[in-house]
Amino acid sequence: MLTKRIIPCLDIKNGRTVKGINFINLIDAGDPVQLAKKYTELGADELVFLDISATLEGRKTMQKLVLEIAAQIHIPFTVGGGITSVNDVEQLLKNGADKIAVNSAAIKRPELINELANKFGNQCVVVAIDAKKINNKWIVHIAGGTQPTQLTLFDWAKEAEQRGAGEILFTSMNNDGTKQGFANEALAKLSSQLNIPIIASGGAGTIQHFVDTFQKGKADAALAASVFHFGEIAIADLKNELKKQKITIRL
Amino acid sequence: MKVTIIDYGAGNIKSIQFALKRLGVDAVLSNKIEEITQSDRVIFPGVGEASSAMKKIKQRQLDVLIPNLKQPVLGICLGMQLMCTSTEENNTKGLGIFNTEVKKFTPKVKVPHMGWNTINNLSSSLFNGINEEEYMYLVHSYYAQKCTEMIATTNYEITYASALQKNNFYGVQFHPEKSGNKGQQILKNFIEL
Repeated sequence: MLTKRIIPCLDIKNGRTVKGINFINLIDAGDPVQLAKKYTELGADELVFLDISATLEGRKTMQKLVLEIAAQIHIPFTVGGGITSVNDVEQLLKNGADKIAVNSAAIKRPELINELANKFGNQCVVVAIDAKKINNKWIVHIAGGTQPTQLTLFDWAKEAEQRGAGEILFTSMNNDGTKQGFANEALAKLSSQLNIPIIASGGAGTIQHFVDTFQKGKADAALAASVFHFGEIAIADLKNELKKQKITIRL
Repeated sequence: MKVTIIDYGAGNIKSIQFALKRLGVDAVLSNKIEEITQSDRVIFPGVGEASSAMKKIKQRQLDVLIPNLKQPVLGICLGMQLMCTSTEENNTKGLGIFNTEVKKFTPKVKVPHMGWNTINNLSSSLFNGINEEEYMYLVHSYYAQKCTEMIATTNYEITYASALQKNNFYGVQFHPEKSGNKGQQILKNFIEL
């Protein structure tokens, strides 16, 4: 049976792993290649690297880093952050990335999703959505969660799927960094409305939160950062507990 | 040992090259007929859409070359699918090495089939040292139907052929280069066939 996936996420700025709370207050969390290697050995199913460098120099560093990661690890990984064109993606895939995640650029120009899916196949196009629940509506945000848009989560996710997204990475801004659990209600709704895998992101604090997001949130994969980076949850313990709770997982 | 990865502009080839390097093999990327013919092992990769991949293969006359190769050949993912008779993906005719058709998963399940799933009913030396129900990484929307040439099966919506073999030709739907240490073992087995 297809397993649920556990995905550590590494936010990268100028070649280093960083982690913030509610998208701000960045602190250093180590060398990405070493972390990636460690997570692979500990049983991560996949990795996500989000490039939050704002400068061109930082982006060039990222391309080099992708090559280094591909040389060292043998599980799939996704790269996101600042991708705006087919050319960006071509280079990242050439350097060894398996999938890429687009966020703001796809909202500004939705055709980008079609272009990427047509050129590289929809299996490699992850559409990342940051959304915040405001007055009972899930409002999509761009630019690292700083700017609200006119779009709502469910409409935009459906459009992304129709345009060729192979997967949706949904980060709940209300939950992110709180360690109070994932946005399971919205996740379950996404999962029932779409026919592509959904990755839950934002809010992981305990092992039970992962159990809940798979059982109640119907997520296909769960992504987390700080609970792994700072050793609060060991991937092996997490997976053993998931298995005990009858969730299909790779040990 | 000379290993060539067929280069026809298909997606993530770097990972296969890196995986082989970890086994101590420096694989060459090439679409030159002479170079491929003279290799000890040939890997036929593929990520992306079937009809445009087939077009590129034909442009380079690889459609004539590949079915006539005599050394062990390993098709991976779309590479494997293109070695079958045909695929539903834009009604593309395949190389006809494996006598089976490639179909699309229905909307009863989430498509693409993405993530780790087990390989079962293993019956080939390609799987030496691999246990039944070992997890491999898969990402695909089309699958090869069960047939006499299958050497592994996987369940997703239905039971399909996740690996095929005919004479010197091998095909795997999963990505051994992305399937951790066990995937690495399968690549090692292929090199040591």
